[in-house]
Amino acid sequence: MTDDTQRVSTARLLDRRDERVAHADTLSGTIGAFVDRVRSGDLGSLPVVVGLLIICTAFQSLNPVFLAPDNLVNLLFDCSTVGVISLGIVCVLMVGEIDLSVGSVSGFSSALIGVLWVNQDWPVAVAVVTALVLGASIGALYAFLFNRLGMPSFVSTLSGLLAWLGLQLYLLGSSGSINLPYGSPLVNFGQMLVMPPIVSYTLAALAGVVVFATGYRMAARRRAAGLSASTLSRLLLKAALVIVVLEFIVYYLNLARGVPWMFGLFVGLCVVMNYALKRTKWGRSMSAVGGNREAARRAGINVRQIHMTAFMLCSTLAAAGGILGAARLASSSQQAGTGDVNLNAIAAAVIGGTSLFGGRGSAYSALLGIIVIQSIASGLTLLDLSSSLRYMITGAVLAVAVIVDSLARRSRVSHGRA
Amino acid sequence: MSTSSDVDHPQEGPGKLVLKLRGISKNFGAVSALADVDLDVHAGEVVALVGDNGAGKSTLVKILAGVHQPTSGTIDFDGEHVVLSDPATALGLGIATVFQDLALCENLDVVANIFLGRELNPVRLDEVSMEIRAWTLLNELSARIPSVREPVASLSGGQRQTVAIARSLLTEPKLILLDEPTAALGVAQTAEVLDLIERVRARGLGVIVISHNMEDVRAVADRIVVLRLGRNNGEFGPDVSNQDLVTAITGADENSVSRRASRRGMQQSREALI
Repeated sequence: MTDDTQRVSTARLLDRRDERVAHADTLSGTIGAFVDRVRSGDLGSLPVVVGLLIICTAFQSLNPVFLAPDNLVNLLFDCSTVGVISLGIVCVLMVGEIDLSVGSVSGFSSALIGVLWVNQDWPVAVAVVTALVLGASIGALYAFLFNRLGMPSFVSTLSGLLAWLGLQLYLLGSSGSINLPYGSPLVNFGQMLVMPPIVSYTLAALAGVVVFATGYRMAARRRAAGLSASTLSRLLLKAALVIVVLEFIVYYLNLARGVPWMFGLFVGLCVVMNYALKRTKWGRSMSAVGGNREAARRAGINVRQIHMTAFMLCSTLAAAGGILGAARLASSSQQAGTGDVNLNAIAAAVIGGTSLFGGRGSAYSALLGIIVIQSIASGLTLLDLSSSLRYMITGAVLAVAVIVDSLARRSRVSHGRA
Repeated sequence: MSTSSDVDHPQEGPGKLVLKLRGISKNFGAVSALADVDLDVHAGEVVALVGDNGAGKSTLVKILAGVHQPTSGTIDFDGEHVVLSDPATALGLGIATVFQDLALCENLDVVANIFLGRELNPVRLDEVSMEIRAWTLLNELSARIPSVREPVASLSGGQRQTVAIARSLLTEPKLILLDEPTAALGVAQTAEVLDLIERVRARGLGVIVISHNMEDVRAVADRIVVLRLGRNNGEFGPDVSNQDLVTAITGADENSVSRRASRRGMQQSREALI
């Protein structure tokens, strides 16, 4: 196969007729395209990967327990609660809005679980569903205020932050906290349940198989339609990489307790959300509304409905995060959802690469971002640093993440990639 | 598809009547923006709508796009009497509008923009079919878009205009309205957009172009309709002189444009004498 015949065969493809565009067909071409993209400010998840490497190296050198399997399993348990909240934040950030009340909503729903399940003796499932439905209605309220009364989400959710915190304190009353029964399924789920090794290994392998199968089908369809498609070897390489990395992580975690089911739930939600944002009309509309609201409206997208779904999803996921948090701590307390929960959830989404300016983001940014935030928290706890220092350092990391986002955005604009 | 011959010489005689407006009036309170305006557009014909600021061009386009409703008058589209009560109705009938500000999402790629709001297969986007359709549309317009998978932010002004026009052609309209398609474009890009308009005409669509640029108007239009103060003020062929067109637009032989022209003329002849 000479270089010439290859050029002739690609020249006929529908999307390769313009000779002005460079296409990355080889491995070195792919790397070159990646470097170009990063230089123009399309950073994707590069900052978070680099950040994670720095964090791991630093904490590991300070305290060798940090990367021990036991600590990582605990870290994943902790990740899942705020991570689910952060996934909702990704939704509102996609449409260019914000929800500052997710912490309070999660605390409110955690209090609700305690009151309904323990104090009122409701079945746990009913209590959970009630909390989720109330969470969804809070989002619907924000959307109503935004759509009909033109109230900026910044203000409505800021007042919500205070209002739902008040409601949480009112529900818990003078006692201040309600203990959830140890040994109940919900608490077990939040504290103990891990996947049997066979399940976690299978799921990791399955991920690679799915990556390959979808990629292969897409490539076959594109080739049949006369469009350029990725080669079989590249697909195999990608799938193999996914399998090796995931299997190693699973193996390492299985040296300790194993992969928490709660983390599995969180990752599952991320996968579903990623599909919804990338591969459905709804997700496309979310990006369009975040990118140019007026253009979306003129294209016939129901912008109000999109806002409604974004706000409702966000506060429903916040409520879900609150329930998981209650399960993790085996209590509904006045402290649940307060402190840094709010900012950690927002920071995780931004650190993971979802833009504060709307229209750009990915469900996986919640996953990557929360691992960074939780690693910092875990590392600082291992070093026996007080929460005062922890707050300051987390605040600084958030500031750096937003600065990177702003600079990358400016660079994208000047490179025509906004 | 389009050759230079059918670009230079419009088809022998216009096609059948696509749009017929009779006695269109529009009042905003006490202000009469349009009064008794008539307009015909045939298939495969480019009609330029010109007029000074406040002549009523934009109001007329908004009525055709379904944004405003006329106070009185009748609209016949494709031989039938129609009421354009909202933008969706106009679009459904086959009247597509490309507004001046284009309304593209810069963060989405070309395919996503062309299909925005009309995606194929809502729960599992059919990216392959959409990409093929996008390439087909763009190739039919002989558009020079390097890649449909790049965000629109990376495209030039002329390329964005092309995307906006391709987007409006997706619904297979019979009439397309272009509001100031060459404003804010460079020389080469303007020429590309004018070529594009001619290719749209060659597809057999009726085209209404609004422009302030007399040169562009004469270069591309089969007929030039002048509005002045909300009324019809003359209809010209593409070979009309600039002087006549300006006179019709401003409503007087003696106007600031002609005064300026004669002043310059005198100056030049004086310089020639010296």
